[in-house]
Amino acid sequence: MSLTSSSDGQRPGLADRLPSWLVPNLSGLHIIAIMIALLLIGLLLVPVAQVMIVAFQDPATGAATLQNFVDFFGSALFRESSWNSFYVSAMSVVVATAIALPLAYITTRFHFSGSILIQSLGFIPLIMPPFVGAVAMQLIFGRNGTVNLILRDNFGFSIPFMEGLNGVILVQSIHYFPFILINLSASLRNIDRSMEEAAQNLGSHGLRLFRRIVFPLAMPGYIAGAALVFIKVFDDLGTPLLLNVNNMLAPQAFLRISSIGISDPMGYVISVILVVFSVLSLWASFLFMRGKDYATVQKGGGGIAKRTLKPAEKALAYGTVIFILLLVLSPHIGLLLLSFGTIWSFAPLPDGYTLQNYITMWEGSKTFIMNTILYAGIAATLDVIIGTAIAYIVIRTNIFGRKALDYLATAALAVPGVVLGIGYLRTFHQFDVPFTGEPMASWWVIIALALMIRRLPYALRACTAALQQVSLALEEAAESLGATKRRTIQKVVVPLMTGGILAGFVTSFATAAVELSATIMLVSSNNDAPLAYGIYLFMQTPSGRGAGAALGIVAVIVVAIGTIASQIIIERDKKLKASSGDH
Amino acid sequence: MEKKGIKIEDVHLSFGSTEVLKGVNLEIKPGEFFAFLGPSGSGKSTLLRAIAGFGPDPRGRILIGNRDVVGMSPWTRNVGMVFQSYALWPHMSVRDNVGFGLKERKLPTSQIRPKVDAALDLVDLSHLADRMPNQLSGGQQQRIALARTVVVEPEVLLLDEPLSNLDASLRVQMRRELLRLQRQLGLTTIFVTHDQEEANTTSDRMAVLDGGVIQQVGTPQELYDTPANLFVANFLGTANILEGRVEVDGADARFVTKTGDPLSLPKGAVTSGSNIVLRPQNISITKKAGANALEGKILHKEFLGSQIRYLVAAGGTEIVVDQSHSAGVDGFDTGALVHLQANTSGAVVL
Repeated sequence: MSLTSSSDGQRPGLADRLPSWLVPNLSGLHIIAIMIALLLIGLLLVPVAQVMIVAFQDPATGAATLQNFVDFFGSALFRESSWNSFYVSAMSVVVATAIALPLAYITTRFHFSGSILIQSLGFIPLIMPPFVGAVAMQLIFGRNGTVNLILRDNFGFSIPFMEGLNGVILVQSIHYFPFILINLSASLRNIDRSMEEAAQNLGSHGLRLFRRIVFPLAMPGYIAGAALVFIKVFDDLGTPLLLNVNNMLAPQAFLRISSIGISDPMGYVISVILVVFSVLSLWASFLFMRGKDYATVQKGGGGIAKRTLKPAEKALAYGTVIFILLLVLSPHIGLLLLSFGTIWSFAPLPDGYTLQNYITMWEGSKTFIMNTILYAGIAATLDVIIGTAIAYIVIRTNIFGRKALDYLATAALAVPGVVLGIGYLRTFHQFDVPFTGEPMASWWVIIALALMIRRLPYALRACTAALQQVSLALEEAAESLGATKRRTIQKVVVPLMTGGILAGFVTSFATAAVELSATIMLVSSNNDAPLAYGIYLFMQTPSGRGAGAALGIVAVIVVAIGTIASQIIIERDKKLKASSGDH
Repeated sequence: MEKKGIKIEDVHLSFGSTEVLKGVNLEIKPGEFFAFLGPSGSGKSTLLRAIAGFGPDPRGRILIGNRDVVGMSPWTRNVGMVFQSYALWPHMSVRDNVGFGLKERKLPTSQIRPKVDAALDLVDLSHLADRMPNQLSGGQQQRIALARTVVVEPEVLLLDEPLSNLDASLRVQMRRELLRLQRQLGLTTIFVTHDQEEANTTSDRMAVLDGGVIQQVGTPQELYDTPANLFVANFLGTANILEGRVEVDGADARFVTKTGDPLSLPKGAVTSGSNIVLRPQNISITKKAGANALEGKILHKEFLGSQIRYLVAAGGTEIVVDQSHSAGVDGFDTGALVHLQANTSGAVVL
C-alpha cells in the first residue's frame, strides 16, 4: 500500500484535464450534422456567395464596386435580355394557365370519364426535359413545320408559333403547365362543397360563382403553381439555347462565361439578378399565401360537387381536352417521329422511317449514357444518404441549428443551375484535384456533386415524409429493449423508411439524368459529358437531329420509368404500412 | 312578407340504387319552427337538401307556398340554408359574406350596406363586420352564417345540424337565440338534428325519421307521451318495453307481462298490442309487493346527482328506473330483491 496516492483511482486522461469547453461531448449524430453542414457550406453556400461577391467586385482590382451593375444596365443587349426573360416568364405563366385551367376545372367539376387520363397525362410533359422537346416543336410548329405547311398550303397563311421568344414561351408553357394543373386541381378538390352550395343558396351560379367563390378559394394553389412556373422559366438555360434565342438572361450568362471567360463580371451580375428574382418570386408567393389556408374540406365533405355534363357540354369538354392533350403531347410525338424518321425538312411528316438513328445514337453516345448513370447514380445515392440524415436530425433530435441545416439544403431550390455552375467554375478553378493535378473545376466529380446539390431538396422532402410515417414509439420500443441509438437507426428507422428513401433515390436519379443547365457549364470535354449534354451536342447539327431525338427518347424513357417506379414504390409502401399497423 | 308553408308530397329519392327517401308526406305550417329528428342515415339531411335544391332531383312534389320547387335550380328557389360547417367564405370579410346574396340580387350598394348592418345587428355582431371569418369563434361564425342567410329575406329557413359544431354550453345558448330570432322574423323554419333535446326545446312540431320514412309527426310532448311505434318510443328518451298481451275484462283492461304479472291499464287506452312502454320516472321501487307491481332484482346502480338510475331485472327483461335523490338517502343496493310499482296512467301499449 502506498501512502502517497490512492491506488484505486486511475490517472485522468488528457481530455479530462482540458477545460470542458475545448472538448465538447459530441455524439455521433452531432458529428454527422457538422459534416453535412460543412458539405453544404462548401458545395452550395460558398460557390453562390462567390458569385455574389464577384458581381460586386472590380474585375481588375478586386475592390467593392457597383460598376458592374451600372455596366449591365448600360448595355442595350442586357436591358433587352432582362425584359425578354421577364416577358417570356410572365407569358409562359399566362399560356400555362390557359392550358391548365380548363383541364383542372373540367376534371374537378364534372363527372368526366377522361378525368384520370387527364390527371396522368398532365404529368407527361414533366418527364421530358424541355430542351429535348424544343427541336421537335420546331419541326411541328416552326415556320416550315407541319402545322404551318398545312396552313400555308390550304389557307395561305402561317402563324409564327416558334419565332424568337414565341418559341420559348410555347415550349416552356407546354412543359411547365403541370405545376399549375397539379396545384390548382388539389386546391379545387380541397374546397368543401358547402362553400359552393352556400353561394348557390344565396342566388349565385355559373361563371359568376366560379369567379367570386371557387377561383378565389383555389387561388393559393394557383399562385404556388404559377410562381414555380415563373421561376423555372426565368432560370432555364437549355430551351432558349436550343431554340437559338440568346437575348435572354440565362443564355447571356452562359455565353459570357463560356466565350469570354470566368473573369468576365457580366455572368456574375446576371447570376445575382437570377437569384434575386427567384427569391423574390418565392417570397412574393409566400406573402400572398400567408394566412390563406383555404383547405376547407370537412370530414365527409369530399370537395366541390361534381355535375353530369349535358351532351353538348360533353362534346365541348372532350374537344377542349383532346385539343390540349394533342398540344401537350406534340413534343413527344414530334420527337418520336424525328427519332424514327430519315429526313424531315419542309414536309409535314418525315420522308421515310428507319432505325438508323438509334444505331447512330448508340454508337455515338455510349459514353454519354455511361457517364449519366455514373453521375446521376452518385448524386442520387448521396442525396438519399444526406437526406435521411438531415431528416432524422431535424425531426428526431434537438441538435442546435438543425433547422438551419434543413433550410440550407432546401435553399438549393432557389439557386438556378446556371448560377451553381458558374459558382463551381469560379470556386474550384483555383484548386487542383489531388494526385492528378488537373484543375478541379473540370473534374467530372464536380458535375456529380453539382447534380447532388441540385436534387437534394427533392430527396430531402421524400426522406422527411418517409420518416414522419415512422412512429416515434417504434424507436422508443427498440431503445427500451436495450438498442443503442445507432443500432435503432440501423435496425428500425432506416428499414422502415426504405420505401420513401427508394422513391427519393429514383426521383433524384431520373431528374438528375436529364439536367442540363448546371452541367452545361461544368462539362469540360465530351468524354465527361452526360446524356443531356449529348442531346444538346447532337441537336446542334441538322444531321445529328435524328440521333439526338433517339437519345431524347432514351431520356424520356429513363425519366418515365423512374417516375412510375417511384410511384409504385410509394404505393406499395403505403399499403404495407396500412396493413401492418392501423394508425 | 307573407309567411309560406311547405308541403311535401310523396317524395322519393335515390342515390344510385339506394333509396334514401321512401315516400315522404309532410305539411309544415307557415311560420312554424319544425324539426326533422332522426339517427344518421335516416334521410333527414337528404330531405332538407332536397328542399334547398341540392343533390339529385326527387320524385314527387315539394311546394313552398304554392310553388313546386322540384327541378328548379338552387339559386332560383329563394330558400335560405345554414350549413352544418357554416360555409363562411374564408377569402371574404364578414361584411362581404353577409352582403354576398344582396349583391347577387343586384341591389344597389347604397341599399346593401344598411341591410347588412341590420342583419349583423340582429345577431349582435355589428362590431365584427370587418373581421375575416377565421378570426371568429365557432359561435360567432354560426351567427354570421345565420345573418348571411336571413339578410336576403328567404321564404323559408333551413338549418342543417346548426349546433353540432358548438360545445355543449354554447349549444344551449345558441338554440335559445335561434328560437328568439325565428320568432322575431316569423320565418317558416326547418331544423335538422339528431339530438332529441335540441328538437324538443326548440320546435313547435317535429317529424321523427328513420330509414327514409317519417315515423311520426307531432309536438314534442305528443311524440314523447304517445309514441306511434317502438322506434319513436325508444328514440325519444329512455323507454322500458315489456312484452306481453292485453286482456280485456268488461270495462277494465290490463296488460299481462310474459312473466304473468298484470298491470292495469287506464280507461280508454289502446287495447291491442303486445308491448307496453314505461318511462323510467313512472316506476318506483318499493320493498313491499302490491298491485301493479313486478318482482325484481337490482343489477346495477348509477348515481347521477339529482337522480339515481337503477337497472332492475324484472318482467322478463331489464328495466331502467329513475328515482329522485334526496340528501342522505342511500337508496337500494345492487343485488337487493325489490318490487317495481308501475304508474300505468300514462302508459302506452303498442
